[in-house]
Amino acid sequence: MNLLLLSLFREKKRRRIEELNENMVVDGGSVDHTEWQGRWDHLKKFLERAGPFTHPDFEPSTESLQFLLDTCKILVIGAGGLGCELLKDLALSGFRHIHVVDMDTIDVSNLNRQFLFRPKDVGRPKAEVAADFVNGRVPGCNVVPYPSKCIKCKFHIVVCGLDSVVARRWMNGMLLSLLIYEDGVLDPSSIIPLIDGGTEGFKGNARVILPGMTACIDCTLELYPPQINFPMCTIASMPRLPEHCVEYVRILLWPKEKPFGDGVALDGDDPTHIQWVYQKSLERAAEFSITGVTYRLTQGVVKRIIPAVASTNAVIAAACATEVFKIATSAYVPLNNYLVFNDVDGLYTYTFEAERKENCSACSQVPQDLQFPPSAKLQEILDYLTENASLQMKSPAITTTLDGKNKTLYLQVRTFPTCSRLVIFKLGLVDGQELAVADVTTPQTVLFKLNFIS
Amino acid sequence: MTDHKTSKEQKYDRQLRLWGDHGQEGLENAHVCLINATATGTEILKNLVLPGIGAFTIVDGHKVSGEDVGNNLSKPKVTCMLNDVVLILQNRAQAATELLQELNSDVSGNFVEESPDKLLDNDPEFFHRFSLVIGVQLPESTCLRLGSVLWDAGVPFLVCRTYGLIGYMRLIVKEHTVIESHPDNALEDLRLDQPFTELKHHIESYDLDSMEKKDHSHTPWIIVVAKYLEKWYSEHNSQLPKNYKEKEAFRQLIREGILTNENGTPEDEENFEEAIKNVNTALNPTKVPSATEDIFNAEQCENITSQSPSFWVMAHGVRDFVRNEGNGKLPVRGTIPDMIADSDKFIKLQNVYRDKAMKDAAVVSKHVEALLQSFGKPPESISEQEIKLFCKNAAFLRVVRCRSLAEEYSMDTFNKDEITSCMDSADSEMVLYLMLRSVNRFYQQHSRYPGVYNYQVEEDINKLKLCVNSLLQEYSLNVNVKDDYIHEFCRYGAAEPHTVAAFLGGSAAQEAIKIITHQFVPFNNTFLYNAMSQTSATFQL
Repeated sequence: MNLLLLSLFREKKRRRIEELNENMVVDGGSVDHTEWQGRWDHLKKFLERAGPFTHPDFEPSTESLQFLLDTCKILVIGAGGLGCELLKDLALSGFRHIHVVDMDTIDVSNLNRQFLFRPKDVGRPKAEVAADFVNGRVPGCNVVPYPSKCIKCKFHIVVCGLDSVVARRWMNGMLLSLLIYEDGVLDPSSIIPLIDGGTEGFKGNARVILPGMTACIDCTLELYPPQINFPMCTIASMPRLPEHCVEYVRILLWPKEKPFGDGVALDGDDPTHIQWVYQKSLERAAEFSITGVTYRLTQGVVKRIIPAVASTNAVIAAACATEVFKIATSAYVPLNNYLVFNDVDGLYTYTFEAERKENCSACSQVPQDLQFPPSAKLQEILDYLTENASLQMKSPAITTTLDGKNKTLYLQVRTFPTCSRLVIFKLGLVDGQELAVADVTTPQTVLFKLNFIS
Repeated sequence: MTDHKTSKEQKYDRQLRLWGDHGQEGLENAHVCLINATATGTEILKNLVLPGIGAFTIVDGHKVSGEDVGNNLSKPKVTCMLNDVVLILQNRAQAATELLQELNSDVSGNFVEESPDKLLDNDPEFFHRFSLVIGVQLPESTCLRLGSVLWDAGVPFLVCRTYGLIGYMRLIVKEHTVIESHPDNALEDLRLDQPFTELKHHIESYDLDSMEKKDHSHTPWIIVVAKYLEKWYSEHNSQLPKNYKEKEAFRQLIREGILTNENGTPEDEENFEEAIKNVNTALNPTKVPSATEDIFNAEQCENITSQSPSFWVMAHGVRDFVRNEGNGKLPVRGTIPDMIADSDKFIKLQNVYRDKAMKDAAVVSKHVEALLQSFGKPPESISEQEIKLFCKNAAFLRVVRCRSLAEEYSMDTFNKDEITSCMDSADSEMVLYLMLRSVNRFYQQHSRYPGVYNYQVEEDINKLKLCVNSLLQEYSLNVNVKDDYIHEFCRYGAAEPHTVAAFLGGSAAQEAIKIITHQFVPFNNTFLYNAMSQTSATFQL
């Protein structure tokens, strides 16, 4: 039925465009088949007219629209809840050269908000399906999909619609690594603006990052508190909530009972796995007279599900796209620099300027301070790197220079000789020692300076 | 028995976790009317179709022909992905309906190729069938006419407008009740200041001083606070710690109760640390929140008739409870936060609260039954489940009343104070409201909006300024509207840029869902969004 409608639309469109071309009054508009009179009028008003609130650099001209249509390259990271909305918003705001990255495939539970996908698309790569849809519906638009991490081109602006802090930090670090400094002065042409959006239920935020100039993701890492996991003793011996029962089954029972075979990991997307966990969780709960274990709760705990609706994603993506437009055209002063949104009770927005951190581990270019007594164990440094709220590293690898040679102090690999219990001065580290730390949260190694304290 | 999920449950899983199956049911039983399938309109509807609204009807009389090119509202433009470019030229209502339907096969879509003004002329009762009417990009006169019809019919009305970089929403609903408001930061209902009998007995069953370390360290902090409160009472004339100094002293009292080892160093007792941390909120006096008091004192609660909605019948029932068995307190909520404790102690304590909540709800049920019987209605007309839910949320009940458009516009009742005080700051979002009112005037006078064509921008600035001045004069508003805003609104040329339409699309759709599901709290009653500054404000006009 859909296909029939689609072909009907196409035929009508083809005939109508022919008609239009005949009747068209040439009024500065192009006469190719992807343009028709009035198509970009709603944008032209902001690009070709002077106004009292425009950016100080703004000058009305017909060239801005052409820049959007022909030249401006945007990278959209994520083709999920935010990504789908972003692609549509950008495509309908004149952007035609859009690249989209997403390594995920479509799931049924995406369909309540990721509107570029249909039930028949379940299982297919998000980036591809999203690109196809937009290219098919918005004449002239060219969305290029990347179902993998490999992106080679240079972009004018990057917009993120991600669901992970680690990925955000990575992107943040990538753009910072592209900055060029000449004699210690930042070359503004090397700055690629990053617009970042995030949503959770009825809450969301949108921020504008000018790498090297404004607060970056890591400057405000405390705004993303680390995920709280239940203590092991609660899970193992003192459950109180239905969630504790589910975690018991996931963390302790599954590895012990290997219900689907040796080495078969728990797959949150496999309903048979979830069903097993659900049953076992019920048993565990019954042991302790705990009520409230349901299939939905079980799946929510196992997959760490965050509730999501179309509306919040629409709002945040729209705010992000507005900023992309402002930056690409200099039409208005961009958001400076953080917007918070919440529509649980009425609609609430709060806009503020997040400040740069002087010693930010990502963007400050100064070595990070580490203060430890020489008798401290290497493990203490590792704990600090992972637990400190401003660093929140995941599995840091540490190298340093000893006797003129590069030496790896720690690597989280089973074959690496364990020396984290070794005391740091015994490793040959001296006061002022520079340590280079690599981690999944940053594409560039972070430099630390080890200062001995008594 | 397998808990096999239906495909709808799978599809809607992420939103069911927000408004539950009963909320979803409400959504699927709703029929929404959208007037004008513009970019804003279709964006709003898309965000209602995706979560599975039962049905929608688009009312839109716009047909574009060759001659109409030039009229702003019917110019062929792809500002919305869901309006295929060609079909817009023929029939906006139909095109939008087909494309929106395609987004979700669970939804049924209809369209009426008619202007709302014609419908108001010939068949105003057409609008009575809807759960909610959403009017988009409506001229002022149509808005006011429709507003009056819907107000009298008791149908909620949501007005939305994208004007350049400004978004505007106005909600009109006589009385909207909310049981499940889902507040972000709700205080717990622990009754430590006035423990009910069963709680008292349970607390008495503990003897902290004679406990082994294991038990001592795994006693719920609620019990710890209760025990030390007893100690405090005996030394302070049975008075709760009232100020900061006293609370500090109370915290210290608890701290001294932490077990020490042979060397005198305090043991690691996390439950005691939790008790100390929670002293601040745990000792708040139990009382009925003011919003709930207002509900109890409302006329609808006092005078129950056979027509009264169940919300008010239940409110009256809870009020009866509060004034009698409750001794001035609401039914116990029945939930406690998680805390360090062994399973047995926690579950037992939790059950004390749960059982009391059930008991209280049963008493409220009796009151409700009696009420229903008094005007000949069967007790089953309000279910136990509903009453339990009501009792659980008794501290979070909300009633939202949004004034009519007539009241907002009338010389006698318009909110002069709000407008004037906001305009003390010349860049308050209130100026955007005044500008929208002014462009409406412009439209009335000139049958078009200002600055649509480039050549009009300059000369329209003065014409628009006259409209602003006449508006302010008519309402005796002694406020200053900066020329910059007049210029900017001419510059907009009544454009409907997509990103602003999309922002409003998300915002309005969620407000519509709140109205339909009666969960979460809708705004009251005017919302303005400024995409230039990425700020917003809500005014009650």
